[in-house]
Amino acid sequence: MVTVLARAGLWLAVLFLAVIGVALAADGGFAIHMSIVALAALIAVWFTVRSADYGAIARGILKMPDEGRYDDDPVRWGVIATVFWGVVGFAAGVFIAAQLTWPWLNLEPYLNFSRLRPLHTSAVIFAFGGNALIATSYYVVQRTCRARLAFPGLARFVFWGYQLFIVLAATGYVLGISQSKEYAEPEWYVDWWLTIVWVCYLAVFVSTIIKRSEPHIYVANWFYLSFIITVAMLHVVNNLDWPVSFVGSKSYPVFAGVQGALVQWWYGHNAVGFFLTAGFLAMMYYFVPKQAERPVYSYRLSIIHFWSLIFIYIWAGPHHLHYTALPDWAQTLGMVFSIMLWMPSWGGMINGLMTLNGAWDKVRTDPIIRMMVMALAFYGMSTFEGPMMSIKFVNSLSHYTDWTIGHVHSGALGWNGMITFGAIYYLVPRLWNRERLYSVRMVNWHFWLATIGIVFYAASMWVAGIMQGLMWREYGADGYLVNTFADTVARMYPMYAMRAFGGLLYLAGGAIMVLNVWKTIAGQLREEAPMHNASYDPEADKPLPGARAAQAN
Amino acid sequence: MNAHSTYETLRHIADSWGLLAMVLVFLVLVAWPFRPGHRAKNEEAATMIFKDENDG
Repeated sequence: MVTVLARAGLWLAVLFLAVIGVALAADGGFAIHMSIVALAALIAVWFTVRSADYGAIARGILKMPDEGRYDDDPVRWGVIATVFWGVVGFAAGVFIAAQLTWPWLNLEPYLNFSRLRPLHTSAVIFAFGGNALIATSYYVVQRTCRARLAFPGLARFVFWGYQLFIVLAATGYVLGISQSKEYAEPEWYVDWWLTIVWVCYLAVFVSTIIKRSEPHIYVANWFYLSFIITVAMLHVVNNLDWPVSFVGSKSYPVFAGVQGALVQWWYGHNAVGFFLTAGFLAMMYYFVPKQAERPVYSYRLSIIHFWSLIFIYIWAGPHHLHYTALPDWAQTLGMVFSIMLWMPSWGGMINGLMTLNGAWDKVRTDPIIRMMVMALAFYGMSTFEGPMMSIKFVNSLSHYTDWTIGHVHSGALGWNGMITFGAIYYLVPRLWNRERLYSVRMVNWHFWLATIGIVFYAASMWVAGIMQGLMWREYGADGYLVNTFADTVARMYPMYAMRAFGGLLYLAGGAIMVLNVWKTIAGQLREEAPMHNASYDPEADKPLPGARAAQAN
Repeated sequence: MNAHSTYETLRHIADSWGLLAMVLVFLVLVAWPFRPGHRAKNEEAATMIFKDENDG
């Protein structure tokens, strides 16, 4: 009873503060955001009061969770949220790609490119990727520790609190609330909320590891833990802002000028390194061996991979600031560490691919394995392309062009997307206790739509980026630049259209995933031919008496 | 101590003893799974994720 009262009281306090926030709000956006917070707190109060088992409390029974079972409810919610936000994020991406191609699609002011672009990046990175990471980390840490999730209430708070963060961030962008730091656009109060949620996430994850019954901590958990800790550190330092008003949605950063730029890209690049790389490598080190039914190729290599990423990634951020006011030595440092990253990244890719040693036939027969292999291939490609682009000489051509956008998407669509799809297809039948997926052939369709989509995307952006870079730097005999910026924009049209088409294919693959996951959860099985059977021809399966008679003649 | 000398001091530590300490810690951590007699432990760690498939 005391806990029920304490929890309900806490949510009532949040509700009370949010209502005061609405009343005193310095701007309309803040008032809308506080209304959303108030609504969320109200729902939380209602669920706290309603879901308590008063009969058990009255009889003095302390309901303890069943330690002999895994706590998979938050994982199930997380998988559904991943699929949902994924499709929303892909759709936003296709729309902004279309806006770049056909500018009349900019619907002022709420749905113009500059407001929808952070909506797209946050939806795919933090909503799709973040939910995938929270869900899979809850699943993997329980299985590899052979222990039930610690702090079940807190684990649920992390899930719902993270959804509130996403909703506040997304609505904020459309309303024009942004602190204009790339990949860290949400304003100060949303940052504080995420910090609280993230500390709870760390507590749940670490406590589950502490209560493990396996002596060794499996390497996937190392990657998850480094992701959680580093993201906490990056998020707090990058968002050291001072609000203009404590009831307003505007704040200013503590760091200014080149220091601010360096902090921003120290954050930005390590968000790639620890959110999109370490976290997703954790998924790779669990789900690839499980789906292939073979242990990871080399456990030692996985440890080398881990420590090399940890020690090297954190220094690579300055390569985003080549030829800027950042001191030359810092730029060179960023470049050198970026190039050093190439080897551990490829070590990890080889480790993942070689896990299939002796089971390569599964690439032909199992579309989930095929997705995972493609994910690793794209991990390898983008971790080669990245160090190459960080070389100052190459960067002088590629910087500020769409080549960068192509590079990011070969990593995001190819590596993060594909490994997440593989993990979702692995998890859904297990979490809902189904015999198999609704359709394995639809996974194959998803695979090809996504792969061809990425090819369209990356190829068009390579051409577009290199063309842009060359046009920008072209001097005539008179020593003047030959092209205006608008000339380059006009030339981009066919490439932009191809990119939007590639994104559309990728979105179509996502739609097929929604259908497949939906039907699997509903418990349906599609009647379909299996992906692979040993060949059999009933026509030929009979004796040949005629041939013998012919021989006798 | 003014801001510039703080910067100089920190930079000096970073590119001498700090760098050396980091490299040494890194080498120890990477060499750790290669220490003698660790092969069986690596093997066990790599295959523990399959334990849940046959103990009901």
